[in-house]
Amino acid sequence: MMRRFGTIVLVLFLGVAISGCAASKKKGGSAVEVEDATIGNTTDSTASGIGTGDTTAGEIIVVEENTTNMDDPLGQRVVYFDFDSANLTPEAQRIVEAHAQYLAGNPGMAVVLEGHADERGTREYNLALGERRANAVSQIFQSLGVPADAIRTISYGEERPVSMGQDEGAWSLNRRVEILY
Amino acid sequence: MTPDRIIRRLALWWLLGAFAFSPSAFGKLTIEITEGAGSGIPIAAVPFKWTGSGSPPEDIGAIVSADLYRSGRFDLLPASDFLSRPSEASEVRYKDWRLIKAEALVVGRLTMTGPDQFDVSFELLDVYREKVKTGLKFSVKRSQLRQVAHQISDRIFYEMTGIEGAFNTRIAYVTMQQQDKDRIYQLMVADSDGHDPQEILKTTNLPVLSPSWSPNGQWLAYVSFSDDRSGANIWLQDIASGQRRRIARIDGSASAPAWSPDGRSLALTVSASGNTDIYIMQVATGELRRITKDPAIDTEPAWAPDGRELVFTSDRGGRPQIYRAKADGTGVERLTREGKENAGASYDPTGKRLVLVTNQGSGAGYQIGVFYLESGRTDVLTDGTLDESPTFSSNGTMILYATKMGREGVLAAVSADGRVRQLLKLHDGDVREPAWSVSR
Repeated sequence: MMRRFGTIVLVLFLGVAISGCAASKKKGGSAVEVEDATIGNTTDSTASGIGTGDTTAGEIIVVEENTTNMDDPLGQRVVYFDFDSANLTPEAQRIVEAHAQYLAGNPGMAVVLEGHADERGTREYNLALGERRANAVSQIFQSLGVPADAIRTISYGEERPVSMGQDEGAWSLNRRVEILY
Repeated sequence: MTPDRIIRRLALWWLLGAFAFSPSAFGKLTIEITEGAGSGIPIAAVPFKWTGSGSPPEDIGAIVSADLYRSGRFDLLPASDFLSRPSEASEVRYKDWRLIKAEALVVGRLTMTGPDQFDVSFELLDVYREKVKTGLKFSVKRSQLRQVAHQISDRIFYEMTGIEGAFNTRIAYVTMQQQDKDRIYQLMVADSDGHDPQEILKTTNLPVLSPSWSPNGQWLAYVSFSDDRSGANIWLQDIASGQRRRIARIDGSASAPAWSPDGRSLALTVSASGNTDIYIMQVATGELRRITKDPAIDTEPAWAPDGRELVFTSDRGGRPQIYRAKADGTGVERLTREGKENAGASYDPTGKRLVLVTNQGSGAGYQIGVFYLESGRTDVLTDGTLDESPTFSSNGTMILYATKMGREGVLAAVSADGRVRQLLKLHDGDVREPAWSVSR
């Protein structure tokens, strides 16, 4: 639907990386604090400066805009899936293969495949489903010559949605694999 | 839909509306019975007589009353109807209580005996037989008074219903708050009534899920992430000391921990090379034993109370359903046949029922159901569309679960027979992933 009109979705995790990884005890002695020092770096390089509208700094911003270079699959870093499925649609297949060929032709590059699910179903099942989706992409990468040790798969299940709605429109954006390199 | 059902449904919506429009209700504990009130045992709990300087440090009678009310099995008579205020059996005029139709009466005393020392006594009286059913005396410090009140509630519950009480237990849950650019997760532990919430873990942008209590109540196992480059893993954390350790450096990810009833092993899910299977780990040695070997997703293991069997979620039949296996991995069989999807099952203390998340199809979404192992029947207990993470109380009478109020996650409780439902508003932000301890 939306993507048919040439919409790309860019996810920005704004903000600077927090230096150091703190694991400190609180005064009471029983609480543990952990910060992720790397999340601030996941900004898509093609996304800088596109942020529009009334956004609070650091919120997850979903930017939709019509773009003219939809013919370049390398411009797309996210592929989407049907409900409870890890099968790639023809469009997703095209995007994944383009990235695979690019990476296979540029040895030494590492890629992270992040699998995600929508909020329906249990959190643990969705963690496994995100894993399955990331692995489906990984299989294509490997079959096209990307070395297995250059690929890392991570599933966040339903824990990191990009769209907060409770309808198919939102869910369809959350069922995804992000190709990060 | 019966008229009674409609009225109860309306009452629920009225309550939800009241929550939505009164921000002051947020940020502190709120428990309301939304359905099924008015059909329990009529009981009167007289405020405990306080002897000491200043005001009493805790209102023991009120804590006990709230416990009994939440169980859905009692109707607490209003104190304004009381004709007298006895504090021990010898002071009770039974006709005062027959007049207001109390079947049972709770009386007690709280006495300061030292700088940080208190005596608590209580008696439970049968109004019609005019006799004492039970009584207890405690001598404790101030910090133990709430716990004593819950023990009193447990005793009363047992005397009146024949079922062990589960008030003197704790719950764990996860909160998530959006703060500027970050998602802040907290793993919390609180008394079963939501009081005294303690932060056990706080993470920034690293999701926390699936807390599981060790049977002795000393440890929590849970799933989190160590950084943005590694998959999910399982931590064990000593609640008292805060010390925690990652259980295994598994190549791949580990999740869905479940303590065995003897506390010696953890059932868990390992995802490696794109396949997700159930394993059992010896906690002391870290030794891993594989239980399922199927290319499908196998996850969410849970132990039978005797430790001999496990149930788990698998989509080997196409959609997620509940399967059972012996603890050595043999004898795998599918249990759930009703419903489009079933997942996230765990046993009740008798081993005869499972509580699970069920999707009955036709756009119904996800509700909490109780599955009866003998008959294969599923009773759907809730009517949300994204209900999940059900957890039995240690006596099997109540189920705590996560539901949505608008976009926000909240905890709710439902009696195992579906008669009584309550919302628990514990914190600002999203509250999810409840787990009820077996012991304190």
